[in-house]
Amino acid sequence: MTTPLLQIRDLHKAYVLDGVTIHALRGINLNVAPGEFVAIMGPSGSGKSTLMHILGCLDVPDDGDYHLNGQDITRMGSDQLAALRNHEIGFVFQNFNLLPRTSALENVETPLIYAGVGKRERRQQARAALERMGLGDRLGHLPNQLSGGQAQRVAIARALVTKPSLLLADEPTGNVDTATSAEIMALLDELNQQENLTIVLITHEPDVAEHAQRQLFLRDGQLEARA
Amino acid sequence: MNWTTALQLSLRALGRNKTRAMLTALGVVIGVGSVIAMLGIGSGAQQRIAEQLASMGTNSLVVRPGSVTRGGVRTGAGGITTLTRGDADAIAELVDVLAVAPSVRTTAQVRYRGTNWGTAIEGVTPDHVTVRNWPLAEGEFFTRRHLLGASHVCVLGRAVARELFGLRSPLNESIVIKGLACQVIGVLTEKGATAWGTDQDDAVFMPITTVQRKLLGITHIERIEVTAVDREASFRLLKEIKSLLRQRHRIREGQPDDFRMYNRAELAQTSEESARVFTWLLGSIASVSLLVGGIGIMNIMLVSVTERTREIGIRMALGARQRDILWQFLLEALVLSTAGGVLGIFLGLGGALAVARFSALPVTVTPVSVLVAFLFAGLVGVFFGLHPARKASRLRPIEALRYE
Repeated sequence: MTTPLLQIRDLHKAYVLDGVTIHALRGINLNVAPGEFVAIMGPSGSGKSTLMHILGCLDVPDDGDYHLNGQDITRMGSDQLAALRNHEIGFVFQNFNLLPRTSALENVETPLIYAGVGKRERRQQARAALERMGLGDRLGHLPNQLSGGQAQRVAIARALVTKPSLLLADEPTGNVDTATSAEIMALLDELNQQENLTIVLITHEPDVAEHAQRQLFLRDGQLEARA
Repeated sequence: MNWTTALQLSLRALGRNKTRAMLTALGVVIGVGSVIAMLGIGSGAQQRIAEQLASMGTNSLVVRPGSVTRGGVRTGAGGITTLTRGDADAIAELVDVLAVAPSVRTTAQVRYRGTNWGTAIEGVTPDHVTVRNWPLAEGEFFTRRHLLGASHVCVLGRAVARELFGLRSPLNESIVIKGLACQVIGVLTEKGATAWGTDQDDAVFMPITTVQRKLLGITHIERIEVTAVDREASFRLLKEIKSLLRQRHRIREGQPDDFRMYNRAELAQTSEESARVFTWLLGSIASVSLLVGGIGIMNIMLVSVTERTREIGIRMALGARQRDILWQFLLEALVLSTAGGVLGIFLGLGGALAVARFSALPVTVTPVSVLVAFLFAGLVGVFFGLHPARKASRLRPIEALRYE
């Protein structure tokens, strides 16, 4: 096995909700190799979102190790985490999370702004990313002028424009109809197979999880391989 | 993220809510506008007062005869005859003195052909023109030669010239004062009333010697006007003149002065001080509106941070650092306040011009007051923008992303 892109050892995370401490993650172990497509499944409340936030460097674990691309994220400050999110991770959310009242092109440009890419280059790269998603004719459209499928493809273009090593997809088909869902999953398959993109997919839909090479279950804060 | 990009982001965000941005900036527009207009009105008033003081002769002090007690009866001020031309000459020798103008004064009926006019007759020296800072409209003032010869010449105040001669020139005409025929050799420019309401133009000026000998038959003088080299000197002169006159009048220790002095510089200082206070007062009242404008900015920025919590979360997920978010919101506040500041400068200038046009008040807007108001607006932006911007930048990414 090659060096894992993502290496997690005995990860713990608890949070307090309404005065009750919830142990969301109780000793997660996970290795993801470069180019792998992994699906993480689990019922709601199983800690999927908490795991996703830690994998995405939006939150830090209470205990345990997390190495992403050889970097120990538990030792990083907020600026370093921001840089890591910018360079190494592309997010695709269930509700798209496009910036409102901002054109598709500007949405895709945003991560490049924080990467410090110059204006001309930024525009060029964002346009190319959207064209690759088949949205070359939607550059100036605002999020509310796009269909669900189009919006999610803008989000994927935005996630990939910085050429990250990991694509984190959190219920990417949760807000779209079946046909669009199939379309998006085909796109993810293609990115994984043709571009060797590493994908971690979080979903509760078994047929969506089928697209991954490996399916894991999150149960009581611990991961187990599917039987 | 460089400056121009950050500025573009801020402008774009403000552009998405134009009405709100304009209303927020309006608070600063009014604040800066009123500061500039008020300071303009205040410094205009200050300037007007300075002009009036200059026409009165600042840095000057006046010596008058005092009262004495003889057998229990105290004469009023001026009831004593010990003040002389010699005293005036002695005062002129003091180093702090620029000019000395002794004078006597009486009233008389002045006649010219068929008309006559009751007015003040002032006996003065040629220095009068410089001491009172009072130029001539036509002709000349009398000279040292006229003074020594107690010549029958006179210079008319504008009002007297108008009453006796109408529109004709009085130069070289002869007028009669208390039976004495005098040749008019000059007319003074119009000076207006004093601060206490005397019409300064309603007077005839003659050599002091002529008035003393030919009109009044006295040898003493009633008034010495002393101009000091500067304002500081005028305060020193009060003491110097006092001891000089006491010595010349042989007043023994413990006995009261036989003269009185008052310092115009003191009055000038009081007036200028109150004008300054007036300006400060106007300025600080106007600053309150600028402050309120600043609070408006903070209010809107706080609302904006709450509304855009999710946007902040998305930006953080995409790699925005805390300082990127901080700058974005701080720049928005700064753009609002400086744009408001620039518009406010125009409003203030317009307001000042309108006040100047529709009231008698002079208004002077100085570049310094414009600059200060503008910088103050910028400071307001930073001060009131910082709190919302910090609040935005310190949001935790996951909480911001989850925010509904």
